[in-house]
Order: sequence, then C-alpha cells, then structure tokens
Amino acid sequence: MTTTAAQRPVGQPAARERAGPGPRRRGQSRLIARLLGAFTWFMIFYLTAPILVMIAFGFNDTHSRVNLRWQGFTFKWYGKLFDIPDLSQALRNSLLIALFTTIISTVLGTMMGLALGRYRFRGQGATDLLMFANIAAPELVLGASLLTLFISVQFQRGFLTILLAHVMFTIAYVAVTVRARLAGFDRTLEEAAQDLGADPWATFRKVTLPLIFPGILAGALLSFALSIDDFVITNFNSGQTQTFPIWVFGATRVGVPPQVNVMGTLIFLGGVTLAVIQVLAARRRKLD
Amino acid sequence: MSAVSARRRFRLAPYLLALPGIVWLAVFFVVPIVMTLSVSLQTGDVERGFQFTWHFANYSDAMGRYHVQFVRSLFYGLTVTGATFVLGYPMAYWIAFHGGRRKSFYLFLLLLPFFVSFVIRTVAWQFILSDNGILLGPLKDLHLLPSNFHVLATSLAVIGGLTYNFLPFMVLPLFVSLERIDPELVEAANDLYASRVRAFLRVVFPLSIPGVFAGVLLTFVPAAADYVSASILGGTRTTMIGNVIQTLYLTNNDYPLASALSFILMAVLIVGVMVYARVLGTERVYEVAGG
Repeated sequence: MTTTAAQRPVGQPAARERAGPGPRRRGQSRLIARLLGAFTWFMIFYLTAPILVMIAFGFNDTHSRVNLRWQGFTFKWYGKLFDIPDLSQALRNSLLIALFTTIISTVLGTMMGLALGRYRFRGQGATDLLMFANIAAPELVLGASLLTLFISVQFQRGFLTILLAHVMFTIAYVAVTVRARLAGFDRTLEEAAQDLGADPWATFRKVTLPLIFPGILAGALLSFALSIDDFVITNFNSGQTQTFPIWVFGATRVGVPPQVNVMGTLIFLGGVTLAVIQVLAARRRKLD
Repeated sequence: MSAVSARRRFRLAPYLLALPGIVWLAVFFVVPIVMTLSVSLQTGDVERGFQFTWHFANYSDAMGRYHVQFVRSLFYGLTVTGATFVLGYPMAYWIAFHGGRRKSFYLFLLLLPFFVSFVIRTVAWQFILSDNGILLGPLKDLHLLPSNFHVLATSLAVIGGLTYNFLPFMVLPLFVSLERIDPELVEAANDLYASRVRAFLRVVFPLSIPGVFAGVLLTFVPAAADYVSASILGGTRTTMIGNVIQTLYLTNNDYPLASALSFILMAVLIVGVMVYARVLGTERVYEVAGG
C-alpha cells in the first residue's frame, strides 16, 4: 500500500482529495452500501421463505393429507394437532431424547470444559484433538460407524441407542462453550473463597458455577437444539423407533400432513421465544 | 497429611472431570470408527456372518461401483461452498460495516432457519419448487416457462437446497472476522489513494481470510456428506455418496462395502481439509494473526 501511494506522483489531480474522499466518491460508496443492503434483505427473505411457507400451510383448509394447494384459511389443524398417533409418538420421542441428551451432555460436557479450561494436564492435547475430530467429522460417518458398533455387539436399536448417539455428538459442543466461558476466568476468586474457609465443593457452587453458568446454559440450549433437529445420525441408529425428523422424512413420499407444519410452527415459536428471553436476560445482566 | 491428599486430589481433578466425557467419546466415537475400518476389510454376508480377511478389494470395489456418486458429491460440495461464499460475503460485509446498532438483529434474522427442523426446511423447498407449485405454477400459466419445465430431481434443486441450508454456516464466520476489522484501516487505505476495489482486495479481504477458512470448512464437509437434500429434492440422477452409504447400510446390509465407502469419504474429506489448511489456511491465518 505504501508503494502504491509512492508510485502516484505528488501534485496529480488526486491530491485534491487529500482531505478525504470527494463528494462523488462518497455518493458512489453510499450507493454501493444501499445495493449491498438491498441484497442482504433479499437474502434474509430467501432464508425465511421456507419458514413462512411452513407457517402458512399450517393454516391451510386442505381435506386430505396432501397439503400442496391453498384452499382457504383454517385453525382446525391446531385442534387436530395430535390426531396422528405415530406422529405424536415421534414428537414425544424427540422431546424426551432431547431432554435426556441435554441433561447428560450438559453434565459431562461441563465437567470436560472445566478440566480443559481450568487445568493443565497430560493428555490435554489429545482430548482437544478428540473433541475437534468429533465436531469436524461428517455426521454421516458418525452415524454409520456407530451403527457398525451396535450391529457388531448385536445391540437392539431403539430409543436407548438414539440417546447414546445424541450424547456422543453433543458433549463436545457443551465442553467447547464452557471452556470459552472460562477463558477470562480469574482464579484468584476461587483462592479467595478457599482462604475464607470454603471447602472445594462450596467454592465450586458459590463462586465457579455462577461465573460459568451462562456458558453452561448456552451449551445446554445448543445440545437440545442439535438433538431435536438431528436426522442423519438418528436415522442410522433408530431401528423401529421414530423421532420427529425421521417421521417427517418418511412422510415426504406419501405427503406431509398439515400437523407437521403446525408442530414445526410451535417448535419455531418456542425456540425463538427462548432465544429472545435469553438475549434480553443477558442484556439486562450486562446493564446491571 | 490432609494437605498432601488435597494436593493429590487437586492433581487428579482434571482427569476425574474429563474422564466420563472422554470414555463416552471413546466408546461411541473412536471405537466405532476403528470398527468401521475393520469391517471394511471383511467378507461375508448377513446370514453367514462376516470374517476379517484383509479384503482390500472392498475398497476398489466401492470405488469401481460408486465413483460417479463420489465425484458428484465432491462436485456438489465445492459448488455449494462457492455459492454460499458468493452469496454470503456481501451479506456479512454489509452487516459488519453498515449494520450499525442493528447488527445483532440482522444476525438473529440470519439464524431464524435454525429454529426449524432441517428436514422440514428441505420439505418446504420441495413444496416451493414443485412442478406446478407456488413458484413454477404461475410462471407456467403465464407461459414464461414451458409446461414440462421442472426443477425438482435436477442437480439445481439439490445444490439449491444445500446452499440454502449451509448459507448461515458461511455467513457467521465471515461476519465475525469482518466485524473485527477496524474501519479506520479502510479509511487509511483510502487516504493513501487506494481505489475502493484496491482497498478491499489489499486490506479487507486479507483480514477476513480466517473467516473464509472457517466458513469453507463448515460448509464443504457437511454439504459433501449430506443426503437429505438429495433424497427429498433430487432424483435418480442426483444421488450422492451419502445416499449410497445409507442404502448399503440400512437396505442392502452390505456392511463391508458401506464401511469401505464411509472410510474413503472420511479420508478424502480429512486429507482435503488438511491440504486446504496447508495451502491456504494456516499460513494465512498465522500471517494475519502475526501481522
């Protein structure tokens, strides 16, 4: 850059712009910013279009399972939400698996994150590598290899194997989030607590835990979201048990009923509400 | 005495904390991958069982039969990565430099798709793109498109679906790296008579390389290994390697061949990522971090 400036002979017309970009140039860059802004909004519309379609067709007054043409507005599918027993069961499975996954992964992942973020120990590099490989490996490979294991030891596939699989691919995410939270952690706070007579457990509960709690919460929400949405790994290890995404995938061949749109809409609204609450709470904490 | 045991406990603490998670990952992640490697060298079938016979022919067999789908997956993965980059960079740039106080609001809009199941989003695209659906139907009625025109079951539909699903994975890391750039650097470049294009190419873009690196990784690997989009939006001529592996495992029960294929897929992706990191990534990342 210095060379380009030096190459330009001093005193050329460009020197007039020394005070800053001229008016023409500023107008031009404003135009570019406008165009980029319009493009971004268009892309945001593109990203949300399928969501709008999903929500809209949950209100479609269709008379069969096939939900392809707009036939008028109705609320009836909200009333008939649980009319398809298999679908309701699949949704229940998804929610239960996501809940159990969140509990197990949050506990184990937080412990791992604490070990990696607070201590130096032999094997730390290997543990890091293990987690990185776990996050980076394609889901397809994770799911398929786990199936190989279950087949080899002749383990019946179902609810339990889905749960084992989901914990396997969410632990590392929790650990990484918790460790990130520990990055700026002030160890002297713990030492102060111990000097004041707190035993290690009390120190953890009263000092460490509140400080890393936002990281734990973020990790827990992430593992819930990853678990409830997972298709690929689940599909390999589910046996006859169905989860919500598995049921929807199976239904694409015969037509996806409007109840799926309604459930998708409710999950969407629930997730967005939770996210907004979390953001607002974080903002309030920052203000305090 | 108690001080010694306390110190020992202190030294043991990280191991005790990390152990349950490590064991879980070892049993359900490392062991399965080693087993996949072992199964990929076996022969036999479901009824008579499989024996380990160093049967390397599974690998040549797999590539002989499925190289078309394999190459197609890599091609789709690269195309999707390119498309998300071209579409995502301007968005990330605008949000980072012109988003002002509403930056987090734009990011939130960008993340909205994640609140809807991946499968449902793909089903929604199937619906939008269907032959006489809400997009193509009106265009056909107006005779802007021939009546037999279709998007579903073409490469365009699969690549489009993948691009849609992975776009946020490209935009977010790009945004993070662009947002860190001090706008005064760009002003300095302008003051030094760099043209706008030049300021972008010499200042902004090099500083965003770590984001490009992360975005490409987050997009390419899952896109190349995906099979949901190809199943829902594609047809018989858009089958990806993921579809093949899934069928071999769950329908044909040909575990050795399926294992060989998933091992090849993993190896190619890992080697690809490592070469990419060598050539483009780490050096530039270090350069940026160091300079």
